[in-house]
Amino acid sequence: MATIQVTRGELSLAEKLYIPEVMRGVAITTRQLVKNVFGRKDIATRQYPDVKKPYPERFRGRHRLTWRDDGSVRCVACMLCSTACPANCIHIVAGDKGDNTVEKYPVSFEIDLLVCVYCGFCEEACPCDAIRMDSGKHPMPSFSRDKQRIRKVQLLEEGQPSTSHPGGLGN
Amino acid sequence: MSLGELVLWGLVKFVAIVFGWVMLVATVLTYIERKQSAYVQNRIGPNRAWIGGKRFPLSATIGQILADAAKVLFKEDTEPPRGGNPILHQISPALAFIPALLMWIVIPFGPGPMPGAEGENWFLIADVNVGLLLMFAIMSVSVYGGVIGAWASNSGFSLLGGLRVGAQMISYEVTLGLNLVGIFMIFGSMRLNDIVWGQGDLAWGIVVQPVAFILFMVASIAETKRAPFDMPEAESELVAGYFTEFSSMRFAVFSLSEFIALIAVAAVGVTCFLGGWQIPWVDTPVDAAGVPVYGWITVAQVGIFLAKMIFLIWLQMQIRWTLPRFRYDQVMKLGWVYLLPLSLLNLFVTAIVMYLAR
Repeated sequence: MATIQVTRGELSLAEKLYIPEVMRGVAITTRQLVKNVFGRKDIATRQYPDVKKPYPERFRGRHRLTWRDDGSVRCVACMLCSTACPANCIHIVAGDKGDNTVEKYPVSFEIDLLVCVYCGFCEEACPCDAIRMDSGKHPMPSFSRDKQRIRKVQLLEEGQPSTSHPGGLGN
Repeated sequence: MSLGELVLWGLVKFVAIVFGWVMLVATVLTYIERKQSAYVQNRIGPNRAWIGGKRFPLSATIGQILADAAKVLFKEDTEPPRGGNPILHQISPALAFIPALLMWIVIPFGPGPMPGAEGENWFLIADVNVGLLLMFAIMSVSVYGGVIGAWASNSGFSLLGGLRVGAQMISYEVTLGLNLVGIFMIFGSMRLNDIVWGQGDLAWGIVVQPVAFILFMVASIAETKRAPFDMPEAESELVAGYFTEFSSMRFAVFSLSEFIALIAVAAVGVTCFLGGWQIPWVDTPVDAAGVPVYGWITVAQVGIFLAKMIFLIWLQMQIRWTLPRFRYDQVMKLGWVYLLPLSLLNLFVTAIVMYLAR
């Protein structure tokens, strides 16, 4: 077991007397005070609700569901996201879309944000770019647990047309 | 002057000085201190309570003070949990507050009659001939507020805080008193007015007693329970120390009395070491009997007294936001092992020099 010997320098007489060092400290804090009151402000804090820091581009925020070109939901209710979800927070009820190329659509699509761990596995699992976490919004506060279970309508409101072509480039 | 007139004028002056000046400054300090600490630490500090949302000068200051006052007045006044002593718990903030206000009765704000001259002193509530001793007596009594409040709370944090209040204030009061003995010896009086009269033309206490001034500053910071000596309310170990179990206005009264004690100690420091209301090389106009003739110079002198006082208050607050808190044993060791012998030595040297220069 390695023992690290830390050698501390001897204190000089002025340092032992403490008063000169206190005055040096007061000079430093006074410089900060004068600078921040009269001169160039060097404020490190951000006035949060007024000034928000933009999130980085790859920030995993709240989920959204993307649209098809006709505005319907892109999701085909394949259940890959809810299978991949480590927190089991995605609940999908599938229904028949009546379209042979798409077959299924989610009748209800519900994410419990209180359970979600924002790992991003769902958007990785999604084969058709339907669920995304790039809304740039962080979890919202609310007064009830029910408000934290966001539904399909809300998820679609956040969404926008996907940039990818439905069914792949071959079609 | 009859006794009735004496009491009446005393009361009038007490109300004018204490409520017109001391309470005002103490209230403003609650805002200034947070703002100052914020700027020292590169923060902004309280800036949300604008009056009506309008950004005019002093809007945030007054708004914040009013908001704080409204908050503490309407918060729930909690009882001590699990027993305790409710009656003592109720009165202990007053026990801390009243001595803090009473300290002001001996502090001269402006020129009074010269030593030995007969006359009224209009800038002093009570011209007591043992002024400083009276002040120390009152200061010692203010320990009871903290200790009784802590004991009546029936809480471990409070009790530890109360013990620390008692131990620390008693320890540092010794040093504080001994440092001022040198001032008594040099100026030959305990009447604060006479001490200030002796400090004309830069013969200030800080010039004739420099060591005593430094020791006085250290002891007075310890006496007002501020960092680096804020052991009684060390928030990282004792939550809030002796006023942990207090809430709403009772809590505010405890913190206000600390601010008032801070201002009072600064005023004593100015009076004894920084020349009080004396402006260097400006003579106070007096008539033949030695009673000052009041005029514009008097206004300037009162102004300079307040300016010096604000400087000392600022210095104490700046030291608070510069230094970290000492450990409890370090505080006790500093008080008894270093400061007390140093102040005795200072007294001894002063006595020898005065004997030789007689």
